[in-house]
Amino acid sequence: MSGVRVLVGTKKGAFILSSDGKREKWDVAGPLFGGWSIYHMKGSPVDPNRIYASQCSDWFGQVIQRSSDGGITWEQPGGEPAPDMTSGLPPGASNRFVYEGNPGTHMWYDGTPHPWDFKRVWHLEPSLTDVDTVYAGVEDAALFRSTDGATTWKELPGLRDQQGSKWQPGAGGMALHTILLDPSNPLRIYVAISAAGAFRTDDGGITWKPINRGLKSKYLPDPNTEIGYCVHRLALHPSKPETVFMQLHWNIMRTDNAGEMWTNISGNLPTDFGFPIDVHPHEPETVYVIPITSDSEHFVHEGKLRVYRSRSGGTDWEALTNGLPQKDCYVNVLRDAMATDSLDQAGIYFGTSGGQVYVSPDGGDHWKAIVRDLPGVLSVEVQTIR
Amino acid sequence: MMTSQIRVELPFHLQTLSRTRSEIVVEVSGLVTADSVLDAIEARFPMLCGTIRDHVTKQRRPFLRYFACQQDLSHQPADMPLPEAIAAGAEPFIIWGALSGG
Repeated sequence: MSGVRVLVGTKKGAFILSSDGKREKWDVAGPLFGGWSIYHMKGSPVDPNRIYASQCSDWFGQVIQRSSDGGITWEQPGGEPAPDMTSGLPPGASNRFVYEGNPGTHMWYDGTPHPWDFKRVWHLEPSLTDVDTVYAGVEDAALFRSTDGATTWKELPGLRDQQGSKWQPGAGGMALHTILLDPSNPLRIYVAISAAGAFRTDDGGITWKPINRGLKSKYLPDPNTEIGYCVHRLALHPSKPETVFMQLHWNIMRTDNAGEMWTNISGNLPTDFGFPIDVHPHEPETVYVIPITSDSEHFVHEGKLRVYRSRSGGTDWEALTNGLPQKDCYVNVLRDAMATDSLDQAGIYFGTSGGQVYVSPDGGDHWKAIVRDLPGVLSVEVQTIR
Repeated sequence: MMTSQIRVELPFHLQTLSRTRSEIVVEVSGLVTADSVLDAIEARFPMLCGTIRDHVTKQRRPFLRYFACQQDLSHQPADMPLPEAIAAGAEPFIIWGALSGG
């Protein structure tokens, strides 16, 4: 029988929420890694029992965890006590993220040069074809890849060649937070960085190009600049990988030519600021966003928690409110905190800064809280178990 | 070369990561310094690499502190000998997370 496994990263640990295909009754496991921030957990599309997790702390730095049994047990790859020194691998390398060469400087908030400094892994994206290959988007912004199950990591430094010295942090830091793998072209990857923009490689990560034409951001000195955009999130449907949807800082955007040009599809949204964006698993023109009041007020608009759905690829949006609080609600929903399952009747999920995780088992028409009192939710991913 | 059995107290989260208890014992050859003790910890518990000091620069992580014998040793050079009581095993080398928050 089909079921779902919801991987929830929070500010104080990880939780795994499990249900059958009806998605009515839920088992809650956790906290895993209690007390640590879990920025992201994601399962391998090749083997759902393989899950990667980014565990971090201001005190102890970055730790990578890996499960090979669906999240029941975890290990730090290569971190076993009494390491096997004959393997040739440096011990404890699974949390070693070192930039290639001399990374030099990027731009600091005040416009001065600032040394590149690894802080944490924001996002882990397992390969679509190989269980041991996984990408990591990190702060300060860079893309790393492991081909040995997260035991060792190597940067793809060509990305920083795209005017990396001019990249500047957003309010949350300078992070590479979005990684989209093109299922039809294994050499194509899209990434997004706050506040540098979106980038694409067509050669497996060796060379990159900025793909930000058509984006507009107020106050940028050069309105036609190639970089400098605070892209919050990208999403695509596997059947139309050249169509990418974007939550920009302000504005919802789409491209139909792999980022060569973007158009604004914010339409009738009450506010077009927000963080997450996602696509229905079976309908490539059905898109979901959760508008947030503004960049100065990081909570939902008018005290109402509303998911907006467009069935026409943008511009025309409908508020989905059934089962969501419509009064006195002031939570935020972060960029990695919305996901979908791929059951026949698609489930949509999101987690809030207030610790609620909501599910709609019918594509957004009806919602209910799976849990209400977790620590603030940083990320939500869903595995469909068949 | 002389070897010493060094007692080390780890903070809670590093006990969890290394699946140990509060106090561990590591063997250090030669001079007993913060660096040599940390080298021994990382060799025996490689999952702790990067969690106490930076992988590359070997600098102490900013929110961690080293204590021993009622002294804060966090700011002394990492290659300076630790107090004799540490080397003799009479006192533990304490790694502690800076406390903050409300």
